[in-house]
Amino acid sequence: MSDPLLRLSGLEPFVLTKDIPFVNVGERTNVTGSAKFRKLITNRDYATALDVARDQVENGAQIIDINMDEGLIDSKQVMVDFLNLVAAEPDIARVPVMIDSSKWEVIEAGLQCVQGKPVVNSISLKEGEEAFLHQASLCLAYGAAVVVMAFDETGQADSFERKTEICARAYRILTEKVGFPPEDIIFDPNVFAVATGIEEHDNYGVDFIEATRWIRENLPHCHISGGVSNLSFSFRGNDPVREAMHAVFLYHAIQAGMDMGIVNAGQLVVYDQIDADLREACEDVVLNRTPANGESATENLLDIAERFKGNKREEKKRDLAWRDWPVEKRLEHALVNGITEFVDEDTEAARVAADKPLDVIEGPLMAGMNVVGDLFGAGKMFLPQVVKSARVMKQAVAVLLPYMEAQDEGQRESAGRVLMATVKGDVHDIGKNIVGVVLACNNYEIIDLGVMVPPQKILEEAKAQNVDIIGLSGLITPSLDEMVHLAAEMEREAFDVPLLIGGATTSKVHTAVKIAPNYTKSQAIYVTDASRAVGVVSALLSKTQKQPYIDGIRTEYSEVTERHERAERAKQRLPLEAARANAMKIDWSDYSATAPSFTGARVIEGWDLSEIARYIDWTPFFQTWELKGVYPRILEHEKYGEAARNLFQDAQAMLKQIIDENWFGPRAVVGFWPANAVGDDIRLFQNDARTETLATLHTLRQQTSKRKDSPNLALADFVAPEGTPDWVGGFVVTAGPEELAISERFEKAGDDYGAIMVKALADRFAEAMAEMLHQQVRREHWGYAQDEQFEPQELIGEPYDGIRPAPGYPAQPDHTEKRTLFDLLDAEANTGVELTESMAMWPGSSVSGLYLGHPEAYYFGVAKVERDQVADYAVRKGMDLAEAERWLSPILNYRPTSSAAVAAE
Amino acid sequence: MINFSLPITDSFKALDAAARDRILVLDGAMGTMIQTLNMTEEDFTANGHIHGPGCRHHQSDHPQKGNNDLLVLTQPKAVEDIQLQFALAGADILETNTFSSTTIAQADYGLETAVHDLNVAGAQVARRAADRAQAEDGRPRYVAGAVGPTNRTASISPDVNDPGYRAVTFDDLRRAYGQQIDGLIEGGSDLILIETIFDTLNAKAALFAAFESFAKIGRRLPLMISGTITDASGRTLSGQTPTAFWHSVRHARPFTVGLNCALGADAMRPHLAELSGVAETMICAYPNAGLPNAFGQYDEEPDDTASKVAVFAKEGLVNVVGGCCGTTPEHIRAIAEQVAPYAPRKPRGTNNV
Repeated sequence: MSDPLLRLSGLEPFVLTKDIPFVNVGERTNVTGSAKFRKLITNRDYATALDVARDQVENGAQIIDINMDEGLIDSKQVMVDFLNLVAAEPDIARVPVMIDSSKWEVIEAGLQCVQGKPVVNSISLKEGEEAFLHQASLCLAYGAAVVVMAFDETGQADSFERKTEICARAYRILTEKVGFPPEDIIFDPNVFAVATGIEEHDNYGVDFIEATRWIRENLPHCHISGGVSNLSFSFRGNDPVREAMHAVFLYHAIQAGMDMGIVNAGQLVVYDQIDADLREACEDVVLNRTPANGESATENLLDIAERFKGNKREEKKRDLAWRDWPVEKRLEHALVNGITEFVDEDTEAARVAADKPLDVIEGPLMAGMNVVGDLFGAGKMFLPQVVKSARVMKQAVAVLLPYMEAQDEGQRESAGRVLMATVKGDVHDIGKNIVGVVLACNNYEIIDLGVMVPPQKILEEAKAQNVDIIGLSGLITPSLDEMVHLAAEMEREAFDVPLLIGGATTSKVHTAVKIAPNYTKSQAIYVTDASRAVGVVSALLSKTQKQPYIDGIRTEYSEVTERHERAERAKQRLPLEAARANAMKIDWSDYSATAPSFTGARVIEGWDLSEIARYIDWTPFFQTWELKGVYPRILEHEKYGEAARNLFQDAQAMLKQIIDENWFGPRAVVGFWPANAVGDDIRLFQNDARTETLATLHTLRQQTSKRKDSPNLALADFVAPEGTPDWVGGFVVTAGPEELAISERFEKAGDDYGAIMVKALADRFAEAMAEMLHQQVRREHWGYAQDEQFEPQELIGEPYDGIRPAPGYPAQPDHTEKRTLFDLLDAEANTGVELTESMAMWPGSSVSGLYLGHPEAYYFGVAKVERDQVADYAVRKGMDLAEAERWLSPILNYRPTSSAAVAAE
Repeated sequence: MINFSLPITDSFKALDAAARDRILVLDGAMGTMIQTLNMTEEDFTANGHIHGPGCRHHQSDHPQKGNNDLLVLTQPKAVEDIQLQFALAGADILETNTFSSTTIAQADYGLETAVHDLNVAGAQVARRAADRAQAEDGRPRYVAGAVGPTNRTASISPDVNDPGYRAVTFDDLRRAYGQQIDGLIEGGSDLILIETIFDTLNAKAALFAAFESFAKIGRRLPLMISGTITDASGRTLSGQTPTAFWHSVRHARPFTVGLNCALGADAMRPHLAELSGVAETMICAYPNAGLPNAFGQYDEEPDDTASKVAVFAKEGLVNVVGGCCGTTPEHIRAIAEQVAPYAPRKPRGTNNV
């Protein structure tokens, strides 16, 4: 029989085969490692805590570590509650769990809740052999693998000798006395800090790596894990150096046999991409070598460390051997690799050799694009690469076009004509543009009407151009209603072409339940992402496949609808009064809010693009391009790591240009007002006398029925009631309107890749400004955390006190609250950002929100609300019920009876 | 302490040797056979005289008709005769009539206190049938103490509004199963068969309990573990794929792992093939006689069921075969005949002995 392998399971199996060099254990569901998760757990917000787990699995975690060791909660009960809830979520429960606690009773309680095969983290000889035997036998009886710490009665192992001696002893006990399968043993030989300045610590890295090697060679079939971030403890505050140390350490430890680890995903870089000097210095420290200059390795790294607070990347050497290939192959190579540099001359060479220019398109260019299409279809190319290929194609066609016009060859036959538009009131179009490019690559003709397109225009154009398919996109929730409306209009005007629905706010359920029933003459179809678009469109335009495909969608949607309605009926909502009675009750008696340094609105100036760039969270940038995964780990993704690296390199290049050439004109406004909660609303006062009302911010309360002690939240709960002075802030930031013109310039030049890139980066800038401004607010403008010392990249995990919820997002789903905020800040005059009729912000690269400063404030989702709350809310807002129902339609838990909303059903 | 290095029993060695030699046959559906006897409430309670092997009386104010397990106390001869028919039809392994003999499942009949006696008597009845069959034709028969899933799930909430709620805990199950397995061993079972597993966590509690019971007697009995795939998704009710299920129970080093019940032999085949491809132990399969008709009866003919089961044997997927719901002694006879020409699956190295 072959080597015994570690076999775990959730709902699905996991086998640690030789093809998996390193298992990264998800660490975000660990209260000791994630401040955000700790906050969610101590607040019993299990719904959001489950989202954290789900994200982790979606981002590729093969095992998730769950740790509830927090002094303020009943860790054992919470472990049980959380694991039971995870069991009810198939998209999380599909992976195995690592039950992580320093308390055996918590581990055992957890083991009794999982049907799969989990990992216990951890047991050790710390309390002697008897306790170890007992716990190990139970782990085996419960069917778990174990992490064994190199720890015995005399303490934690720090040297090679102690590590190997303890692990060997534990291995003997486990395999000989307990009968534990050796492949289910994972040793953690303790990662300790190096470069601390204390000589005894210098060899810790080597001790770990060598112990790892010894264990893997001498204790058959077992595995090695460790917590890597300890290693760089003495370089806190210098992330580039910490990241480099981790990468170097892992590089060597993995070679020595470390095959599992709990690694902070925010702190990983690619070994090869580390600056050579820095890498050398890190290696000297990790491997305890004497540097070339003969000094101490620690001193040396300290000297170098200062230079690496920025980020440098080496440029790859270019391989130009392909330039010697025949011209068809050169064109194919350029298309597949997205290289525009030589495309003009190659196209020209091909044209001269061809009978007529059209032959070049239909010959080598289409052949190349077919290769691209095949690779994309097979999952071997990824979106950013395909968009780059399209750029090459466009440029080549541009070379040929003048000759074709001269020869009057006319148009190529397209595979079909697709009209695309972002609906009225919505300005977001990155996703739509990507879909357009991908379809164009596949020889579909795209008629793109742009953003904020009124329904009448969509219908007119569709008729005039005789299109085969209409595609709608939207990002904000009011766009959903626009799509429903447009579907009904298409029905009324007797259209019979398929309607594709896409964009961040859309979903299969919404399409099936709300849109499709309004358009029965053909079919509304939800398209998950751009990579699916080609398959869907080609099925819809195929004579033979079309009907079966639509029939399949109809069956699926009627099942989705039925399931949805059953689930909704089953969901018990609380009456508003009961929800209010279960509000979060913060003890305000000994709370004294910090007064902000000013009240009213103030424009914030002096934005430096390079400073903002330090605050960019890159993970969503990759999501825009449909590369799922956490930055920087995504750069090493086994499948699309290379695509991600190239995309990132292009982004860095454009980022540099943006900064050097001042492409964007960022603007921002911030305000603070004396405020108190009044019921579910937040009353803002003219001044500190708190007698005259300035404005009222309205908030919505969760009406889901909650478990045990978790509250039904509204944002107002985080603000002190009258009698206790408190303040609330607000802000609007924008990267500026410049992106539009720049993006258009790229488009005109046939460079869709650049056009999409600049928009994606403008979005990142706006989000980064919001993060940076929030920090300034905490440290200065409001000043409740003057000593806060987080590095920009540390802010991504939201380790700080206070939140900045945005109207239109889950904590306050009503977009119309933006109107109040904009008036208070005079935001249109102060930042140039305008609100559309759907309350989208224009330009799109803008962010707004409230500031709530209480340390217990956290993000939550209101989810669905009942009629009683909507009626109450409408009265509070001075809206009529029908209007309130229209704005809240995506979150209504009932069918509104008022006429306007019925039309939208 | 639970000891995983206990010596194995003599029956274990004999069974293992037999299973390497040929495909072994498990018996068929006790419930189906009992139904044909059309017993009344009075038959079920022996006119109200329910007593265990030690003449302990058990009282309940619940109706007992349908409590098939009770028949080992009130109509032991009828149960024994059915088991004998299966044995003479070709079954090597006879299941005890104890599928629901846990405090959890007997709570429906108010007979929690009878559980120990039900299991001891259940094993004794099967033992007698086994001995009679061996006396008749000289072939050894083995008694498998049958452990059912109970009517509760440890990893699924019965309340849609409260997904974190559990109607039964691991410890509840462990205690109930422990009591059952102790009784089955006391009554003379050669092995323990944990069957019709729809929630793997229930099965893990039963395995935990089995090891506690083995520790009491200082011997490890063979364990047979049989899951059930209830829908077209190819997963257990609790959502696991066959391979994930195997990983969850593999630590028990069972004599066999496999599938039973559910949608019949055809539907079982791909899942069985998956298990056979990953499990480092013997494989066991005992499907229903097809799907039930509108009246809940199974009308697949013996030769039909047998020819489908023979496909498992022909493809080298199985070491033990038998029948579940709807299978009569005629089905078992046909199955035994049709699998006889085929060699047993060569286990991918076993870790069970």
